[in-house]
Order: sequence, then C-alpha cells, then structure tokens
Amino acid sequence: MMNNTKVIQVEGLTKLFGDFVAVNKISFEVEKGEIFGFLGANGAGKTTAIKMLIGISKPNEGKALVAGFDVFTQAEEIKNNIGYMSQKFALYDDLTVKENITFFGGIYGLSKKIIKEKTTSLIEDLELQKVTNSLVGSLPLGWKQKLSFSVALIHNPKIVFLDEPTGGVDPITRRQFWELIYKAASKGTTVFVTTHYMDEAEYCDRVSIMVNGKIEALNTPKKLKEHFNVENMNDVFLKLARG
Amino acid sequence: MSISIVNVSKSYNKVNALKNISFDVKPGELFGLIGPDGAGKTTLFRILTTLLVANEGVVKVAGFDVVTDYKNIRKCVGYMPGKFSLYQDLTVEENLMFFATIFGTTIEENYDLIKEIYIQIAPFKDRRAGKLSGGMKQKLALCCALIHKPKVLFLDEPTTGVDPVSRKEFWEMLKRLQDKNITILVSTPYMDEAALCDRIALIQDGNILEVDTPKAIVKHYTKQIYNVSANNMYQLINYLKEYPFSHSVYPFGEFVHYTDTRTNFNSNELKTYLRSKDLSNLKIDKTIATIEDTFMELAK
Repeated sequence: MMNNTKVIQVEGLTKLFGDFVAVNKISFEVEKGEIFGFLGANGAGKTTAIKMLIGISKPNEGKALVAGFDVFTQAEEIKNNIGYMSQKFALYDDLTVKENITFFGGIYGLSKKIIKEKTTSLIEDLELQKVTNSLVGSLPLGWKQKLSFSVALIHNPKIVFLDEPTGGVDPITRRQFWELIYKAASKGTTVFVTTHYMDEAEYCDRVSIMVNGKIEALNTPKKLKEHFNVENMNDVFLKLARG
Repeated sequence: MSISIVNVSKSYNKVNALKNISFDVKPGELFGLIGPDGAGKTTLFRILTTLLVANEGVVKVAGFDVVTDYKNIRKCVGYMPGKFSLYQDLTVEENLMFFATIFGTTIEENYDLIKEIYIQIAPFKDRRAGKLSGGMKQKLALCCALIHKPKVLFLDEPTTGVDPVSRKEFWEMLKRLQDKNITILVSTPYMDEAALCDRIALIQDGNILEVDTPKAIVKHYTKQIYNVSANNMYQLINYLKEYPFSHSVYPFGEFVHYTDTRTNFNSNELKTYLRSKDLSNLKIDKTIATIEDTFMELAK
C-alpha cells in the first residue's frame, strides 16, 4: 500500500556486482516535500543506490516504491514522474538555452503551448533573458547548474534527484541554487540530493549517511549533531564515514 | 621567490581569463588559489607549468623564466592537473616507472617522498590506472607528480568531488610534503580548505581579489555578521531579503548570515520585524566572518 505522504519507500534494497555488495540492504522513507540529503564517502554506494531509485539499474533484492511505482516492474513510470540532474550529465552544450528547454520539454511530452509558457517563466525566474540564444556551453558552471535544475523540474515531477549539483560552483551561486531547492520543496516537490559540502547537509530536512553500502545514520541534522555530540555536520561525517 | 607572477594577462579570443594578476609564493610555502570553476585557476597553472604562454606579464618559477627557460622549469616542477591525465592503459606501477624514467630517475631513488602515499595503492600496483577508483587515481597522480622530487608542486583542484574524509587525509598529506621543503601551489573551490594554507589568493573572473594569510583575510571583513535562525529557513531567507536594510543574506549551514546596511544597526529591530512574520524559534546572534563570507563580499 502506498502511503500518500511517503514518496519514496525503500526496504532492504541491495545491489551486487559479482561478489561485491555495493548497496547492502538499505531501508528508508522520504516524505512529500522533504529535502533529503543522501551523503557518504566516495565509493560508499550512493550513485548505485540512486541508479536503482531512478529506474536505470535493477536491484538484486529488496523493495522500493518511487513516486508510487515499483522499481522492479514500473521503471518507465518512475522516469516520467521524477527529475534528475548531476554535475556530469546536465544539458547539451551545443544547444542554446532556449533549445535545451524546448528539447527537454519535448522529451517529457509537453505540448508546444506549455513548453512556450515554461520557457518564458523559467528564463525570467533565472534572469537568463540576455543569454536565451547563447549556447549553454558558453555559460558559467553555476548558471548551467541552475538552468539544469529548472529543466529537471520542467515536467512537474514529484521527486527530483540531484547528484552533487553544486560541485565546484562559486559560493554565491551555490546559495542561489539552494534557494531554488527550497522553493521547489516549498511547492511540494521532494528533493533527494547528494553533496560533499557539509554546510549544505545542514540545509536538508533529514540526512542519511552511507558507509560501505549501508545506511549508518539517518536523522535531522540537529539530532545527528546531538547524537554524536559535535558542532557541525562535517564532524558528524568525519566520525562516521570511514566505518 | 619560488613563484613570481607580475602583471599577467591571458585571453582566449574575447574571453579575458586572467586580468593583470600579480603575486608571489615563497619557498616552502603552502599557497592556496581559492576560487570557483571558471575563475582562471587552470589557465594560471598552465602558464606556470610552461604549457601556455601569457599575453602579457613576467612569470618565474624556481628562479627560471617560463618563456625563455621553460626546459629548466619542466625538470624541477611537479604538476597534477585537475583532469586525470595518466596513462589509463598502463598499470599503477608502470605509470610510476614511466614518469620516473622520463625524469631520469628511479622509483627507488625518491621512494621516501612517495612512500606514505604509495603504500596505500601498492596492493593495486598491477591494476590498470583506468580501473582505479577516484581516490586511488588521485593518489597515483600525486605519486607521479612527486617521483622526481620537484622543488615546486602544482596541484589543480586535487579535492574537487572528493568526500570530506578523503579531503582531510589529502591535506594532511600536503602538510607532510611541505615539511620536506617542497613549495606547493594548490587550487580548490572549497573555502574551508583555505584555512589550511599558509597564504591564499582569492580569485574570481580572472581577477585576484585578495592575497594574504587566511587569518588576515578574514579580518578584512569589516561588517558585523549575525547568525539568524528560525523554524523555516526558506521563509526566513525571503523575509530577510525583503527587509529594507539588508546588505547580504546568505544561508550558512544551520544559520543564515545576515549583514545590515546601517552602521548603528540594533539586532532588536530586526527581531521585532521577524517576530511580525510567521516564524518561530527565532534566534539572532553575532558571529565572526569566515573566508567564504569574505570571498562573497569581495565577489559581490
């Protein structure tokens, strides 16, 4: 049974590569409109877990419902109901800002009328009027990432997955990016985000920390800090992440 | 000076990647070049390592001019580019041997210098470099950059995309290299790493915003910063931005860093304003500036 306020429900999810257990029986739930931080050291299994949740990698064991759909049998429905962005795969550098928006709108099957409306509002919101017809490749990284995030939301997905969206982005733009995240969450979109910036971990409603394929901690930043008796999330991470 | 940069400019077509920048790095210093993607850090590294010629300016590394004496520089510097640039089809050991041979040395001769780093990847010495994890690639690249015992080591964003634990370990490693009298110029987009350097240069859009010790740079920040927190961070940010006297409003971990435009600012006034909004658990306290605050104020 799908609970209406739980948009991600994961139970015992496991992924093996040969003998190697990349993701080891992880279980958690994410609420509608929540900003959920998914942290872990490099190689802890975050990307593998995300790939299963977005329907591009089949788990070996366990259960997972994403936006109400089963990752084993309804991968296509999941893809239609989520947005995804990462630092690596974002937009097409050789298309203009406008062309990228039109392209992704088309991919998600939006009508021409809606794409036109979306394009106008999105460009205004991000103040990209001057570069509407510039190639995305020519924009600073921070602008690309903000645009990429907005494009990931173009089809009003229930959940948006962000894999290290702010890596290398300048500190001001990084904060503008988080304001976009807050805005999306305040409108009810669930945000599932990974980051290596521990100040950003503090911006999340709840944070999970993965260590060697397992979720070793999951709580609000405040509770995690209390539990480990430390001042900030960086210290929580340092205490946990090496197992 | 280990590195001397005087009035250097570089442009690509219409883009001015570096705009008349100057600074020095002293022998044995651990010097940080702090700035975001696109600031011009890599362009500067390429000029310093004689891979790119500046349009204007004079640059010396280890006492040699980068244009007229580039061959001598290449012998005595180590360079770890931001992008993994070792031979993916060679094994860990083969890569290291290759770089040692190129520089006319052997792994044995300078093993002391890399030992501590190399033992961590030695179990994988027969694995091809292309098959290593990110952290192991980074360690191998550092070994290869060190194997000829360079006088100056250039590290271009060695910790980008690296988790906090590995970053901490990497910086501990750098500190120990510094003890062996190697001058290190390292770039990073992580402002918290700046505090670990002897001196830093803040760079954005091809301009050097400031050069000083991390402690001194923070002191250049003249405004009083307030930590503000409430139950709803997003609403809090919006209300603070709407406040007519707000100078800057930046989320900063569990707080929002707020500065006011007035010199005679009284935080009680702000509290009264915020109390009139639908917020609870309101807190306003004075705090001190970090390097990131300083950077944002300068870059604004």
